[in-house]
Amino acid sequence: MKVPITIDGQMVQIDKGAPIIDAAKKAGVVIPTLCYHEALKPYGSCRLCMVEILLNKQRRLVTACNFPVEVGMEVFTDTAKVRHIRRMIIELLLARCPDVLSLHAMAKQMGIKSSRFKKQDSTECILCGLCVRFCEEVVGVSAIGLVSRGIDREVATPFKVASDVCIGCGSCTYICPTGCIEMVSDKKIPQMRIMKMGQHSLKACINEFQCETCPVGKEFFEDMRLVIAEFRNN
Amino acid sequence: MVFEKIDRILEEHEYKHSAVISIMQDVQGIENYLPEDTLRYISEKLELNLTRIFDIATFYKTFSLTPRGRHTIRVCSGTACHLGGAVKNLEQIQRTINIQEGETTDDRMFSLETVNCLGACALAPVMVIDEDYYDAVNPGKIEKILSPYRLEPEV
Repeated sequence: MKVPITIDGQMVQIDKGAPIIDAAKKAGVVIPTLCYHEALKPYGSCRLCMVEILLNKQRRLVTACNFPVEVGMEVFTDTAKVRHIRRMIIELLLARCPDVLSLHAMAKQMGIKSSRFKKQDSTECILCGLCVRFCEEVVGVSAIGLVSRGIDREVATPFKVASDVCIGCGSCTYICPTGCIEMVSDKKIPQMRIMKMGQHSLKACINEFQCETCPVGKEFFEDMRLVIAEFRNN
Repeated sequence: MVFEKIDRILEEHEYKHSAVISIMQDVQGIENYLPEDTLRYISEKLELNLTRIFDIATFYKTFSLTPRGRHTIRVCSGTACHLGGAVKNLEQIQRTINIQEGETTDDRMFSLETVNCLGACALAPVMVIDEDYYDAVNPGKIEKILSPYRLEPEV
């Protein structure tokens, strides 16, 4: 069922229950995001996609990536409140990761020169969880996860030892919005790929990337073949 | 032996993914901490990602991945207890049993933790050993409070 909503004054017809961000895309309104990816379930961790909505005569701020649209909803993506909160989030992220270029580019767009908060020890991870979710939902192996909580939260493998399920696909490297996961090869074993995040090593494949003989790899490749075949048929 | 007990706990909870926290609490009850092998075993039996289980085990303060002592000393460092001299009590405990906060004694008798509030602010400063609460603690009382636990025979 399609429902009509307005985004910044534009009328859009969108499926009921779809997230606001889909409607915004339809209307051509750009909402900045860091933790959103079309292939994954919305997660709402970066909070950058905050928009103001008017629903049942009440105004409030919600995350556009996971808030479902409803009949008669009015969305505003560029109000003073929204700008204020996005600036705050970017400044906090900049304080956490002062060396990430993509964050600086975003800050520049919003007219922020520097963060007013004290800079932290350099890390490049913003804990958006994209790599973790991609590994779970798309690759289907869950080699990495988020561990601990609060200021200690980080991306790591279980028990922080080399993963025995990682297939070395490099998806986490590719999807990371800040580029904090690096793929390096082992000089001794040419096929060996290791994902590095700061001082952590996220993986070292036990099967030396002989995917044809690996049960996990085999399943994955068969799935991929099906997906590709389906894609071609359509 | 341990795995048999884990199996029984898993059966009690009907291998439900939603009960994973209760399962881990019960399993921790066996050895007072969660060894790596145990978590791997749970993950395998529940058919739940090890990353998810490790996330839970590191997220909640109740779970410990390192061996803990037979008795856990929790010193409250909430506002009321802090003002009442919790820091001095903590220092006295550290001197008495020779460990720092978050550590376990070599004989695995005591583990020392601080907590943020025990909800017993009227009794400040409070400390808890296992399930026993001690109110209005001062450095002079520490030895007297700890000594009965040392004498307790092995179970």
